[in-house]
Amino acid sequence: MTEYSPLLSVKGLGVEFRTRRGVARVLDDVGFELHRGQTLGVVGESGCGKSVTALAVMQLISQPPGRITGGEVRFDGRDLLQFSESEMRRVRGNRISMIFQEPMTSLNPAYTVGDQIAEAVRLHEGLSKAASLARAVEMLDAVGIPAAAQRLHEYPHQFSGGMRQRVMIAMALACKPDVLIADEPTTALDVTVQAQIFDLIADMRERTGTAVMLITHDMGAIAEMADRVVVMYAGRIVEAGAVRDILSAPQHPYTRGLIACAPGRRTVAPGQPLEEIPGTVPSLLERDAGCLFANRCAKVMPRCRAELPPVTTQAGGHQVACWLNQETSA
Amino acid sequence: MAVTVPSPTPTVEAMSPWLEAWRVFRSNKAAMLGLVILSVIVLTMSFGPSLYGVAPFDIAGAPFTPPFTEPSVWLGTDYLGRDVLAGVLVGGRATVLVGLAAATVAVTIGVSIGALAGYFGGWVDTALSRVTELFQVLPALLFAMVLVTLFTPSLTVVIFAIGIVAWTGTARLARAEFMRLRHLEYANAARAIGAGPLRLMLREILPNALPPLIVSATLIVGSAILFEAGLSFLGLSDANVMSWGLMIGSNRRNILECWWAVTFPGAAIFLTVLAVSLIGDGLNDAFNPKLHLR
Amino acid sequence: MTRNLWLVLRRLGLAFGLVLAVLAVNFTLIHSAPGDPAMVIAGEMGGADEAAMAAIRKNYGLDKPLPEQFVTYIGRSLHGDLGTSYTYNRPVSELILDRLGPTILLVLTALLGAICIGTLMGVLASRRPDSLFSGVVTVFSLIGYAMPVFWTGILLVILFGKVWPIMPIAGMRDVRMMGAGTWASMLDVLHHLVLPAVTLGLIYVAQYSRLARASMLEVLGSDYIRTARAKGLGVWAVTFKHALRNAMMPLVTIAGLQFGNLISGAVLVETVFSWPGLGTLALDAILGRDYPTLLGVLTFSAILVIVANLLTDVSYRWIDPRLRGR
Repeated sequence: MTEYSPLLSVKGLGVEFRTRRGVARVLDDVGFELHRGQTLGVVGESGCGKSVTALAVMQLISQPPGRITGGEVRFDGRDLLQFSESEMRRVRGNRISMIFQEPMTSLNPAYTVGDQIAEAVRLHEGLSKAASLARAVEMLDAVGIPAAAQRLHEYPHQFSGGMRQRVMIAMALACKPDVLIADEPTTALDVTVQAQIFDLIADMRERTGTAVMLITHDMGAIAEMADRVVVMYAGRIVEAGAVRDILSAPQHPYTRGLIACAPGRRTVAPGQPLEEIPGTVPSLLERDAGCLFANRCAKVMPRCRAELPPVTTQAGGHQVACWLNQETSA
Repeated sequence: MAVTVPSPTPTVEAMSPWLEAWRVFRSNKAAMLGLVILSVIVLTMSFGPSLYGVAPFDIAGAPFTPPFTEPSVWLGTDYLGRDVLAGVLVGGRATVLVGLAAATVAVTIGVSIGALAGYFGGWVDTALSRVTELFQVLPALLFAMVLVTLFTPSLTVVIFAIGIVAWTGTARLARAEFMRLRHLEYANAARAIGAGPLRLMLREILPNALPPLIVSATLIVGSAILFEAGLSFLGLSDANVMSWGLMIGSNRRNILECWWAVTFPGAAIFLTVLAVSLIGDGLNDAFNPKLHLR
Repeated sequence: MTRNLWLVLRRLGLAFGLVLAVLAVNFTLIHSAPGDPAMVIAGEMGGADEAAMAAIRKNYGLDKPLPEQFVTYIGRSLHGDLGTSYTYNRPVSELILDRLGPTILLVLTALLGAICIGTLMGVLASRRPDSLFSGVVTVFSLIGYAMPVFWTGILLVILFGKVWPIMPIAGMRDVRMMGAGTWASMLDVLHHLVLPAVTLGLIYVAQYSRLARASMLEVLGSDYIRTARAKGLGVWAVTFKHALRNAMMPLVTIAGLQFGNLISGAVLVETVFSWPGLGTLALDAILGRDYPTLLGVLTFSAILVIVANLLTDVSYRWIDPRLRGR
């Protein structure tokens, strides 16, 4: 597809969770690529496997009950799934960092924010306490926290939600990682703060050249931030491609539904109710043979319930897994 | 267009929470073991003494007879020659009855004080919380020792002495529950149709606060039994009523010569408290099903 | 800073109020017991001696109205005058100060040991909640809770008195060690301390290991633990630096709340091992009907608990920065 090798390339990734009611197949044959300096958007409803994908890349899935059943996560040429735990520790927070959905609870309440940022620096770069704290000040300054040198010694509870997410970003970027995984970084924040955080992530990407994997269900943010988009549904990728292609010409009925549902789209007239995709995500415990979206799809065909649709690739690397697409292009 | 999801087990939803709790409890092996142990102990202490027919204070053989040597005194005799088995069989009556009665007293005091504090809040809460704090700083056993010594050491005094020192935990729990529940919708609804505070507390809030209170009450039974055993071990209970603690206490000076006279009654106390706390844990799990999903 | 000072003063004020309340309880007890309060104060010794009774009545102002007696009683007590023991013929406060050291030594050793060992066991068990070790910790904590403390002590006395005599089973000092050097006699005391401290500590090891396991399991599931792991920290740094500190809160709470129970347990343990502390003093006082001493011990133990609660409060603020300035 591309001539130069991607920074992060995931292929055929599968994850299962053992639950009391059976084994849930949470990720099935997930694959995507992330290139240096790029932003990859991963979208889908909650429970579609976006966060599990991120945790699988970081190797932070608790096993048991989770289990990575197969595939590869190739980072800078090497498969992370083959790494030992201690090798993986040198990657986490150093070369691949992650920020989370809940800034209110993602920082340890017992330590100052300075300690928590400096800890990663000391760990990965072996700096002295003073030097790592100096880096922490630098980082807090860079993410736009005023009076960084004083706030360094404050505790998370003394920061607002948006400020805490800034601290999280400072912590994640303190060791100048190659990849920043942002798992719904603004979901828990006020709308006005959301825009600021997205701007900050975009700005930091410009400045540091870090590639970003942005997990969100906010199509607006995707439109603004991402270069490429992966659309996930029930643990599988249903559509992937350049952000322009996906937004202007979505192929999969699910993607179309997602775009139609996005608030703030021009298609929704004032006073008109927002659209929604009917039904809910199917149980991951017993998967049917066919397309997982079949029971919610408005354009469902008999074939959809019988066989899993294969992936077709169109111009510009636009990939879709849908029978509808198969029929028209065939 | 909405998809109807067929409910997998519709019967579960129709069950009352109590029945559901019992179902969880029954599937808990440790709790059921506790229930079995406790039943055996209660049956033994109820019928054992009359079947065995030896009075616990009577001299039944030579002092210091070791166990498993004389068929007539199977668990041996103590330093006075009293039959250890007879004591073990009957000694649980006082211990368990005092434990149960004292726990009843403690729970009654605790729930009343906690309910008033939690329901009314404000200065009532402040005042009652200070009282609770006062009883928390008085070391329970010492306080009970003082009470038993100042008044005559009869079973009634022991029951109240334990009850008076053991209620603070329940009070804190009841206070928190009543505080949480007093503003819930059904309480407001009942208030709207003119229910008075007493009715609200007893009919609307208390039933909903019961599960944690039952768990706490069970645990108090366990500690009240330990408490009674401690007091009678110190010789501060009714000296005319045989109890496990009294057996251990009276043989204390001779433990190196007759280990059996203290080991068996101690094991009886241990098993009883163990059974009660297994049941308490089982109830706790049964009333908090979310802990099971993990 | 003034705000913090105000908070400290408020805390101390409340603690002082509790001390007054304890004294009021004592006063009530003396006067609600059946019989003549003078008799209660004098105990059996005074009952025989009319002159002593008259002295007590005059000394305690028992002929005066109750409110006045109450004020006098509080005033005396606050000056450290807890009355006179007619059994020992010494001021109660002196008797108590003699016995305070051994009890504090016993209680603190048991408590700190139990917190350290129990927490460690709970932490290790929480690493793998379904492992055999975790199961052993759970069973141990059930057993430890259900064993009557005096029975545990007696079993240890039998074990070490009869089967394997390597530990002293009674007292705090060996008579043969009289006149030995400071170090030798300290070692001797520590040697005597082992069994009582283990006995008393065992219940709390059981409780803290269980509590620590539950608390750690809860903390290990929280978001900031995931953050710490995403940072690249190893299992032990995550467990001991990031999780344990947050998991300590409920442990400290329980340790504070249970300090009273610990003293109650100490009474029984001291009795079993003839440890010369407040517990044996109280028991001797009961046997000798020496009420001033008995009530003095109660008051003093309550003060110990109040002090322990103040310390608990301080450690809360140290562990959880969110509580500072509150």
